[in-house]
Amino acid sequence: MRYLLHRLGFFVLTLWAAVTVNFAIPRLMPGDPASAMMARFHGRVNPAAIHALEVAFGVNSHQSLWSQYLSYLHNTVTGNFGVSLTYFPLPVSTEIAQAVPWTLGLVGVATVLAFVVGTLVGAVSGWKRGGLVDSVVPPVFVVTSALPYFWVGMILILFFSVMTNGLLPNDGAYDVNLVPSLSPVFIGDVVRHALLPAATILITSIGGWILTMRNNMVTVLAEDYVRMGRAKGLSDRRIMYQYAARNALLPNLAGFAMSLGFVVAGAILVEYVFNYPGLGYMLLNAVNNLDYPLMQALFLMITVAVLVAVLLCDFVTALLDPRTRSS
Amino acid sequence: MSTSLVAGTPNPGEQTGPARVRRERFGFLRAVRGNRKALTGSVLLLVFTVLAIVPQWFTSVSDPNAHEFGLMLSPSATHPLGTTAFGQDILAQLIWGTRQSLVIALAVGGLATVVSVLVGVSAAYLGGPTDGVLSAITDVFLVVPTFPLIVVIAAYAGKGNLPVMIAVLVLTGWSYGARQLRAQALSLRNRDFLESARVRGERRSYIIVCEVLPTMTSLILANFLGAALYAVLTAAGLQFIGLGDNNSVSWGTMLHWAQSNSALQTGQPLWVVAPGVCVALLGAAFALLNYAFDEISNPALRPVRRTRAQRASS
Repeated sequence: MRYLLHRLGFFVLTLWAAVTVNFAIPRLMPGDPASAMMARFHGRVNPAAIHALEVAFGVNSHQSLWSQYLSYLHNTVTGNFGVSLTYFPLPVSTEIAQAVPWTLGLVGVATVLAFVVGTLVGAVSGWKRGGLVDSVVPPVFVVTSALPYFWVGMILILFFSVMTNGLLPNDGAYDVNLVPSLSPVFIGDVVRHALLPAATILITSIGGWILTMRNNMVTVLAEDYVRMGRAKGLSDRRIMYQYAARNALLPNLAGFAMSLGFVVAGAILVEYVFNYPGLGYMLLNAVNNLDYPLMQALFLMITVAVLVAVLLCDFVTALLDPRTRSS
Repeated sequence: MSTSLVAGTPNPGEQTGPARVRRERFGFLRAVRGNRKALTGSVLLLVFTVLAIVPQWFTSVSDPNAHEFGLMLSPSATHPLGTTAFGQDILAQLIWGTRQSLVIALAVGGLATVVSVLVGVSAAYLGGPTDGVLSAITDVFLVVPTFPLIVVIAAYAGKGNLPVMIAVLVLTGWSYGARQLRAQALSLRNRDFLESARVRGERRSYIIVCEVLPTMTSLILANFLGAALYAVLTAAGLQFIGLGDNNSVSWGTMLHWAQSNSALQTGQPLWVVAPGVCVALLGAAFALLNYAFDEISNPALRPVRRTRAQRASS
């Protein structure tokens, strides 16, 4: 219980740090980018929106920094991120709500799949040292873990879309000629559009899980309790999954939590390459359009998503490892 | 550059004779030579280093960005990889682009490692509330997704500023190493040789710099390699989305222009494939060296040769 409270406290601390960084960045940057943005939008958006922006970015404001910070915190907690400049006059939160399901569906599923499959392959590879899996898989994935995500996506487009005359789609999340619905045709189309980006994420991220899990297995298999299990005559299957893999999984799970940031970075670029209408694609568009309110809200959303995932990892760790519960 | 990486530097504080140092170095070299991953990684790194230092030896093009050739030419004897949609020689751009990628990798790797050592080792050695604060900061930096943060900072700070990019990559890349170094320094804390240094009345700074750090050389090196790999991939990503200096030559910028000119759809796959291969090879060089050091320092992880394993089981 203490462990979980500790992790929960860390979650809150990190969240606060991210929110504060988000507040500080536009105010610390040289050349006052916020004023430049205001100048660009004067006359194009209504005065009320301009005023909201001025409050949000602390331009022409007579408020103290502290009270700016408090009203910013209040707005953030209540989900009031202001008005998007690109999609004016839609509020930022509406825009983001449209992008969230696509990212969760694509990046979330692909990442979890890569972790589960990678961990399983790594466990088998470490269990059968020198076996077929162990001699072929690790060297291959040392190389794939050094590949840039977005470039793998481009190569997949080259082979499966350009060179095969559009065998698989490489643009967007669904055919724009179809009306979004729950019909089998539409769902099939969504899956077809997700295949290449999902494959990109799988190919580039699975290697790391395989290698760390294999190395953890190798270390754990040398432990006395594994030898004890063997001496007791337990079945191989039982030793492998319940004794070795369960313990080897713990560092991998912690690694998963820590590597999520890296995976998210790759996913942002993958969405960009495939014009996939998720959070990452929207973030890069916001950057290109200098849409600061949208950009900052997206940064916060992505951070919160990662932090929640890290917290989930902590809960799973507590579930798997009785030591964290008792201490 | 690469030789000093491989051979390692003799520890400044250790009172060892030259013979001892030489033997240690040769042992290290032998370990590197005997490990195929380390050998491949060093050779790759060496090739890129040479390309980065004297690009003019390998191409006759002196300004790879000038639009001086025919547009979208196919590969030929004069242009082995063809030309871009702007009439630039792709091979020349690749060769000249090596420098920026390598500079970013080495600068970020080096600076991030310095920060990780400072934070990680002081946290472990000072302990108490200092450790608590430093560890909390490290963990926060570790889980906050850095790429969106970099993108946001780069968007505000203006595009194309190499020092800004390096600074941002260092800021976001040090935390993983700091955590690892702290763990190792903690395990060293109560060793006898440190205790004896304390009893001798050495200053804290002396103990940390001359006693603790030399014992952690291999982990520090591993951190350098990891941070360099991170820098290569992340910088390429930033340049790809157009947040690098779009007027300079680098592999990520080449990919940016290739993507914005739909190189894949207009029959110029080489414009996309070639720079990506270079990024991957440089990244692989750092990754291979990193894994190899893991194996050299932890023999249990080394791959079992198939033939030997089969002989043993029969």
